[in-house]
Amino acid sequence: MKILVLISKAPDTTTKISFTDGDTKFNDQGVQFVVNPYDEWYALVRALELKEANGGSVTILTVGDATNDPVIRKALAIGADGAVRIDAQPDDAYQVAYQIAEYAKDQNYDLILGGKETIDYNGGQVPGMVASLLNLPFVSNASKLDMSGNTATMERDIQGGVELVEVDTPFVLSAAKGMAEQRIPNMRGIMAARSKPLQVVPAAAVDGLTSVSSYELPPAKAEVRIVDADNPEELIDLLHNEAKMI
Amino acid sequence: MSVLVFADSNDGKVVKSAFEAVTYGSKVASSTGGHCEVVTYGNVDNDQLTALGNYGATKVSVDRSVSDFDPNRLARLVGSQAEALGSDTIVIFSHDYTGKSVAPMAAAHLKAGLVAGAIDYPNTDGGFTVKKAVFSGEAFARFSITTGIEVISLLPNSISVEKGDGAAEVAEISPDLGDSRLRVKEVRTKGGDGILLTEAELVVSAGRGLKGPENWGMIEELAQELGAATACSRPVSDIGWRPHHEHVGQTGIAIRPNLYIAVGISGAIQHLAGVNGSKTIVVINTDPEAPFFKAADYGIVGDAFEVVPKLLSAVRNHKAALN
Repeated sequence: MKILVLISKAPDTTTKISFTDGDTKFNDQGVQFVVNPYDEWYALVRALELKEANGGSVTILTVGDATNDPVIRKALAIGADGAVRIDAQPDDAYQVAYQIAEYAKDQNYDLILGGKETIDYNGGQVPGMVASLLNLPFVSNASKLDMSGNTATMERDIQGGVELVEVDTPFVLSAAKGMAEQRIPNMRGIMAARSKPLQVVPAAAVDGLTSVSSYELPPAKAEVRIVDADNPEELIDLLHNEAKMI
Repeated sequence: MSVLVFADSNDGKVVKSAFEAVTYGSKVASSTGGHCEVVTYGNVDNDQLTALGNYGATKVSVDRSVSDFDPNRLARLVGSQAEALGSDTIVIFSHDYTGKSVAPMAAAHLKAGLVAGAIDYPNTDGGFTVKKAVFSGEAFARFSITTGIEVISLLPNSISVEKGDGAAEVAEISPDLGDSRLRVKEVRTKGGDGILLTEAELVVSAGRGLKGPENWGMIEELAQELGAATACSRPVSDIGWRPHHEHVGQTGIAIRPNLYIAVGISGAIQHLAGVNGSKTIVVINTDPEAPFFKAADYGIVGDAFEVVPKLLSAVRNHKAALN
């Protein structure tokens, strides 16, 4: 089975978010980047488990410039066989999806997996757009994936529950919590990652459909109002009369 | 400009997030001098569809031949309706599980820009910009859409539903959507009258401070008394005290209720990322240095096992006094 896992870099959760150029650009000075957790913990690890059980290969794909290479090496250290980086500087999800679709269209992947969203833009757009551009079936927010021959059985999150769905390969899936457990790369994996192939592919020409016009930080939070533990009636009163929540 | 809203239904009834999306769509339509239409699918009752007129829809088109949640076919359904409305249509989804799945496919199909997870109405003065939360709620961004058709998915609980009087015209449609390649084998809903966490206005959440799964009774009782959904922190779902679907935070789900009550949760940054859109946050923790207090509006420093029962009786007294 030939599996493609879509990987994105994202600022580590503890990053202090700030902006430059008149609040039009994210300030990446000193920012520690990680593999987007949904891509890594769920999509990549499940892909590796399927390969270990059924054979095949796992390739990771990133759209971006060379600043992505450390994050790609980390994903290789976790166990992917090889990596492809499409050398583009995309402004929006459509450009990313278009680059992926252009690359993947004649590669005959059985499975294309990505995380349900990135923790920086929280859009969750890329896997669905890739599925649309490649005219492949799409299963979103999947929390479980099992393969039997060419048929995949999945659980996906829906409003108020879970659905069990079946799709034949090839298809695109976005992964959510439950699909796999995080794997910490070991020293052997880290050493091996250095010599694994990282193919750099030129970008296709495509315009973005959206752009960020400005960023802003939320207003500073007022000091917490502490209520005496022996007087929860006061909290109820505040929630009713001041916050008007109950 | 014309506005097209995709409305989802469940068990024959239009879902709550769809009322928000239709309210949003009809307000956008009236501010841009257009009208608001709805597209939906499945076995939803006709009177439910007519009643979408109460939220400002003038027409509802329903494809009853689609019953399963198949994002490929639903994206084509929305795409065909949007194309019929013209090249300057605004397409609105709710950013719920269905919208998260269908909106990107429909946007790519239409080659239209998408802002996923909008939290406010678009600004149409000299362009088209939409505000959404980014960096897991640490910041906001205004996205500009540069295509003729604009697609927006609206984060649930971002605007208030406005209900007036009206009746929408209902039309049955069946455009060519291609064959389904996805087979739904089983639907497992959580059942009962429980409030859906993703739709809840009030949420009571608890963490490791509760010491064990056997102590959740008082959390469920408090939630029930308030009409709230229950949630939990990541460690608690990882060790199996609570189901995965209750995990709110960075790697679980993000929610934005009106009121979030956190009991025995320290407030790690990963947890805050899932709840920082809540309008009011109450934190109950034994540790006055717990980072969650910095993100809270109200706090009680105390032992959950003493505070929660007292809070429960205070809620009961409050409800009795209101009646």
